[in-house]
Amino acid sequence: MADAPILEVLGVNKSFGPVHVLHDVDFRVYPGTVTSLIGDNGAGKTTLIKCITGIYPSDTGEFFFDGKPVHIGGPKDVANLGIEVVYQDLALCENLDIVQNLFLGRERLKYGLLDEASMEQAARETLASLSVRTVKSVRQKVSSLSGGQRQTVAIAKAVLWNSKVVLLDEPTAALGVAQTKQVLDLVRRLADQGLGVVLISHNMNDVIQVSDRVCAMYLGRVAADVEISKETRREFLVELITTGRSGDVGLVNTEAV
Amino acid sequence: MSSVPTPASPTPGQSEALSDFALDSAKRTFGTAISDMKSRLRSGDLGSLPAILAIVVLVAIFGLSSDTFLTALNFANFLEQAAAVIVIAMAVTFVLLLGEIDLAAGYTAGVTAAVLALRLQADWPLPLAILLAALAAMVLGLWTGFLVAKLGIPSFVVTLANFLVFQGILLILVREGGSIRIEDTIVKGIVGSSISPGLSWVIAALGILAFVAMQYKQSQRDGSPLSMVALKSGLAAVLILVVVSVLNKNRAFENATAEQKGMPYVIPLVLIIVVVLTFVLNRTRYGRHLMAVGGNQEAARRAGINVARIRLSAFMFCGLLAGIGGAFLASRVNSVDPNTGGNDTLLLAVGAAVIGGTSLFGGQGRMVNAILGGLVLALIPNGLTLVGKREPFGIEIDFGSSGVKFICAGLALMLAASVDALSRKRTS
Ligand SMILES: Nc1ncnc2c1ncn2[C@@H]1O[C@H](COP(=O)(O)OP(=O)(O)O)[C@@H](O)[C@H]1O
Ligand SMILES: [Mg+2]
Repeated sequence: MADAPILEVLGVNKSFGPVHVLHDVDFRVYPGTVTSLIGDNGAGKTTLIKCITGIYPSDTGEFFFDGKPVHIGGPKDVANLGIEVVYQDLALCENLDIVQNLFLGRERLKYGLLDEASMEQAARETLASLSVRTVKSVRQKVSSLSGGQRQTVAIAKAVLWNSKVVLLDEPTAALGVAQTKQVLDLVRRLADQGLGVVLISHNMNDVIQVSDRVCAMYLGRVAADVEISKETRREFLVELITTGRSGDVGLVNTEAV
Repeated sequence: MSSVPTPASPTPGQSEALSDFALDSAKRTFGTAISDMKSRLRSGDLGSLPAILAIVVLVAIFGLSSDTFLTALNFANFLEQAAAVIVIAMAVTFVLLLGEIDLAAGYTAGVTAAVLALRLQADWPLPLAILLAALAAMVLGLWTGFLVAKLGIPSFVVTLANFLVFQGILLILVREGGSIRIEDTIVKGIVGSSISPGLSWVIAALGILAFVAMQYKQSQRDGSPLSMVALKSGLAAVLILVVVSVLNKNRAFENATAEQKGMPYVIPLVLIIVVVLTFVLNRTRYGRHLMAVGGNQEAARRAGINVARIRLSAFMFCGLLAGIGGAFLASRVNSVDPNTGGNDTLLLAVGAAVIGGTSLFGGQGRMVNAILGGLVLALIPNGLTLVGKREPFGIEIDFGSSGVKFICAGLALMLAASVDALSRKRTS
């Protein structure tokens, strides 16, 4: 694993009115690595992702990309850096086909008009490089795809755009067993291709299976940021999630939170 | 990072994986093209098929029950009647694609027509008068768009209010009970004058050529078989030739002094408008973004699309097109009065779009649907008038009466909206 983080955020605080949701959160993403962000419902995972991606302005916090400080004003800045997000609620247009969705907002033009042939070709090549085998045609409308296929399209979008960091918010939450495996394989392949991958998941087996690191959040704070392996015990992660502490890892004084 | 595939430089070994997209690489045959179409229909995506069927059935029924229905006079008349509604339906389609509505499009047409007529009456040169009228139409559209896109008021409410506001403006411009005559021969001629029969044939030939070229290019892109192209082209050619040959017959009344024959000017005008708009929707980035916002506003926003600007512009184009429809309305009667664009104009326009297959829920629809739906809605009253008084089952019914016409048009719209709602249920 490379030791320099590709993305690093330090001291992020975020409040919604009187509700202080994120407390001095530090978070790092390393290239070629899957980092799982875990935590109970309401721990602040989604909020952290939205702060990183400029959907919410954070109250305080420093952002570094590739070691350089960056300013994040909105989703466009983030996309320009090479950070892609695959949201919990799918961000695809059902009335458009796969190619149209993959290139949405960044269409290729030729003589000022949409260059369908080149976009279609690139879409096909990207899906092929990810060994996506279940899609019959890249001109299928998204409305005709299964949940897993949709998730795949959303993830492929990140690859197509040569992203350096991909954030996935519960990509398998709504999927069956076979489709979950497909998506997890894809997640692993992204990291193996050198991307920094962040996975939010509630399924500890999934987390242990694909992650290199785990960042556990507890009531808006980072309880632990540790490397894990396939041998990591499930109970260790569950304890971090439910109490913010496990053995000598975790928050020192959870009662004061 | 070098192993991350870039679309521009495919890595070797992908060619085998490409065969996974079985439907993409396989050349489609006539049979697969048909079965594709069938499975699309079964999935609830009926598109404009109901409208096409309705046109065929209505023409058959009215053609059999009235001798005058298929005559040249009625034919031209009917197309001229439909033209304005069709153009306003295209205007409304712009906002329907976003899942919005413009209930004031009819009076936008009326106000624009009044501005045009007043400027012509004040002896402005035609291009200047058209420019000012177009500007007025766009300003009305922008005003609606501003309230919807920037202030976030539902378009139903905004345009309901504008329905009154624009009607008021029209009344003030025309003055109560008055009307503005149009003397300009060009404006008068849009609806009413015809292209010479010779030139009509030339236009028909060009139209057929363009259609075949478009179908061929499309087939190259999606791999549909040439037999399908030939079938569609053949049908279109026959239809166009029949229509033009009927239009090229003299349709003046027996004791009229001059002959009246050829293709009415509105026909090529409407066709040019639909081709341009279809092109904008299908081939430009703007069109793609418009469809995306209509399909999933949140996804569009996350993709970096300026949703408010798309909304604003869609209402502006809606205004402009409604204005063009207004010019057609005025041209048909050579004047503008407080009812221009009023009465059932707006209902027919929205109905035309929906009957043609454009969804009321956004993201689904095409410009050509406006033509198909517009023809259905024009066929109904036109045919019913010709059918006239009949005695089915011993009860005397005047099919030409306004009551029967309204009921039939309303039922057609209701049927189309049901199809829309049901197919939406099926796909989601
Ligand atoms: N837009 C918002 N306004 C107010 N409170 C919010 C908002 N979004 C999230 N929260 C609160 O912030 C906390 C963290 O939420 P979230 O980040 O969605 O948690 P997680 O994704 O870890 O389940 C929750 O208590 C939630 O109620
Ligand atoms: Mg969440």
